[in-house]
Amino acid sequence: MAKNDLIGGALWEHYSDKVSDRMNNPQFMGEITEEEAAAKGAKLIVADFGADSCGDAVRLYWMVDPETDTILDSKYKSFGCGTAIASSDVTAELCIGKTVDEAVKITNIDVEKALRDTPDTPAVPPQKMHCSVMAYDVIKKAASVYKNVDMSVFEDEEIVCECARVSLSTIKEVIKLNDLTTVEEITQFTKAGAFCKSCIKPGGHEERKFYLEDILRDTRADMERERLNATGETKTFADLTLIQKHKEVDKTITESILPILNADGGSVEVVDMKDIDGFTDVFISYKGACVGCAASRTGTYEAIADALRTKVDESIRVHIL
Amino acid sequence: MERVYLDNNATTIVDPLVKDAMDPFFTKMYGNPNSLHSFGHEIRPYMGIALDRLYAGINADDEDNIIVNSCASEGNNTVIKSLYFDSVLNSKKTQMITSAIEHPAVSEVYEFLEKLGVDVKWLPVNSEGIVDPDELRKAIDPDKTALVSIIWANNETGLINPVKEYGKICRENGVKLHLDGVQAIGKIPVDMQDIQADYLTFSAHKFHGPKGVGGLYIRKGSSITPLIHGGEQMAGHRAGTVNTPYMIGMGLALELAVKNLEHENTEVRRLRDKLEDTILGIDEVEVIGNREMRTPNTILASFRGIEGEAFLWDLNQNGVAASTGSACSSESLESNPTFTAMNIGADLAHTGMRFSLSRYTTEDEINYAVDVIKKSVTRLRAISSTQNKEYI
Repeated sequence: MAKNDLIGGALWEHYSDKVSDRMNNPQFMGEITEEEAAAKGAKLIVADFGADSCGDAVRLYWMVDPETDTILDSKYKSFGCGTAIASSDVTAELCIGKTVDEAVKITNIDVEKALRDTPDTPAVPPQKMHCSVMAYDVIKKAASVYKNVDMSVFEDEEIVCECARVSLSTIKEVIKLNDLTTVEEITQFTKAGAFCKSCIKPGGHEERKFYLEDILRDTRADMERERLNATGETKTFADLTLIQKHKEVDKTITESILPILNADGGSVEVVDMKDIDGFTDVFISYKGACVGCAASRTGTYEAIADALRTKVDESIRVHIL
Repeated sequence: MERVYLDNNATTIVDPLVKDAMDPFFTKMYGNPNSLHSFGHEIRPYMGIALDRLYAGINADDEDNIIVNSCASEGNNTVIKSLYFDSVLNSKKTQMITSAIEHPAVSEVYEFLEKLGVDVKWLPVNSEGIVDPDELRKAIDPDKTALVSIIWANNETGLINPVKEYGKICRENGVKLHLDGVQAIGKIPVDMQDIQADYLTFSAHKFHGPKGVGGLYIRKGSSITPLIHGGEQMAGHRAGTVNTPYMIGMGLALELAVKNLEHENTEVRRLRDKLEDTILGIDEVEVIGNREMRTPNTILASFRGIEGEAFLWDLNQNGVAASTGSACSSESLESNPTFTAMNIGADLAHTGMRFSLSRYTTEDEINYAVDVIKKSVTRLRAISSTQNKEYI
């Protein structure tokens, strides 16, 4: 948020001329009747699709040649905002001349691109990308009516962000490959969540099956588990090099022992380590108040030896220097 | 192309008399009124006149305070945060009460305070779109309630709340009452001797004054912790060099608005009713709220089958300016909270359209707007998939 965001209310300024033109003079708006379809020996397909979140609703008409599966003509009716109407208009146009199988490959991104004035300038502001999604959904609905199958057969992957059409598998992969830790990074890498923002977390414009926040958290947890498995499963304490063993021992002393000793003004340090006859001998040296303390050879010693044997490995023997 | 402005609840044209009255204070009498020398001294009589006009405009007592500030949003923030500091943070009260149909300048302040742990009660509206005094009576607790903030006239619907009742209830319980008077002032009589509110906020640009200046009324005996510290202006209630030309402009604007109240209640109302009757003559249109219970200038209507942003677009293409709180018209894709709270049948979140007139609206403009509205409704319903009931 900076200079360009300070003056709000610019929604319409971000509509392309094509969006305006389609809104002012829609080209494919209307209906196709049974009689019109029959006159061309074609089959009439009528598909309705509504987005609960918007209250938007679109009805798509196809006149399909049953011999070739080609869409001879397409029209629509749309209840929605200006960009929803413009998107519906382009959707109907893009369907004409295609076979039904070709038409189901049209995405909301194709619709948005067709509305651009220049290839690199988005036709609509980010939150309005959402409006083209419904136009895309209704094609699948029309195809499912024509083929008498369920809509889901046209969706071969789980889409998390409908606006940018980013799949669950893509998002997980990007998080892992790039070690992403924030939703903002996911958006930078994939554009998921950059538009209507419904897929970022619950409570947005539209209810979603998956949310970026949850995917990030779960994927990070997966990554952590994988990392732990990678270290835990393949190597036992005996397989470690002496330096790795030293690190494990030091870690336990720092975390479990030092806080207790430090509280009484004492300390302890690992001076040396040796592997002998299947045992690991750890040589320690007391510092501060522990030096000369009676417990340093009884209670304190037992506590250190016990901590290392239970938290690191049974094979550890502790010697005081 | 002809342009017709029917969005006067958003802002209004500045009365040319107001603009003229402000003019000398930019280049001739530009002194800082807190300066002791003649440049400062010469401004103060004009500020006194402005205060006289403001006090007379809402019938405030000389013992009351009217703080000149930047806008009603500032006034609302000042009151609510002040009571949070004084009565919640530094005292024993835990609860604050507001309604579900507040302007964001109130509702978002309370959402902020909720995050800080304040127990905020959101009063619902009844089937007529009014905050029922009984709801307030039920929610209020003399031991816990620090403040009650309710909108006087709602900006979207124009519906006027029974603020006199709220005043009695709050007074009986010893609880402070804050009214957002932005849409009331200049549209209906506002008399602070009649209404027992402790705080009232308003903004000059809603009654033909300039933008960027407003007022905060504080009844005698009520205090305020300043939102802005840093100077002795406004008796220490609000720091910052006083915006003298705008204060002077607001004073005159309020005086003119009060003088025009009769005109508002007759001529503006007549034109509003004419527009409303025509709109109601269109099939499947619903107007929200009894017109007798609304400010005389406002219509909120739902046109079945026509999405608000698309309608606004078509009206604008034909030069008519109105307002929609539809979800599709907002940056966040969320509909206006008042529309959601006004759960009274019509699908306002998608089809709500507000027309708001002013004393500058003419008969010709209304006639033109009527033509444009009818034309747009016909065109957009031809495109719509939901206008015909058979589709639902």
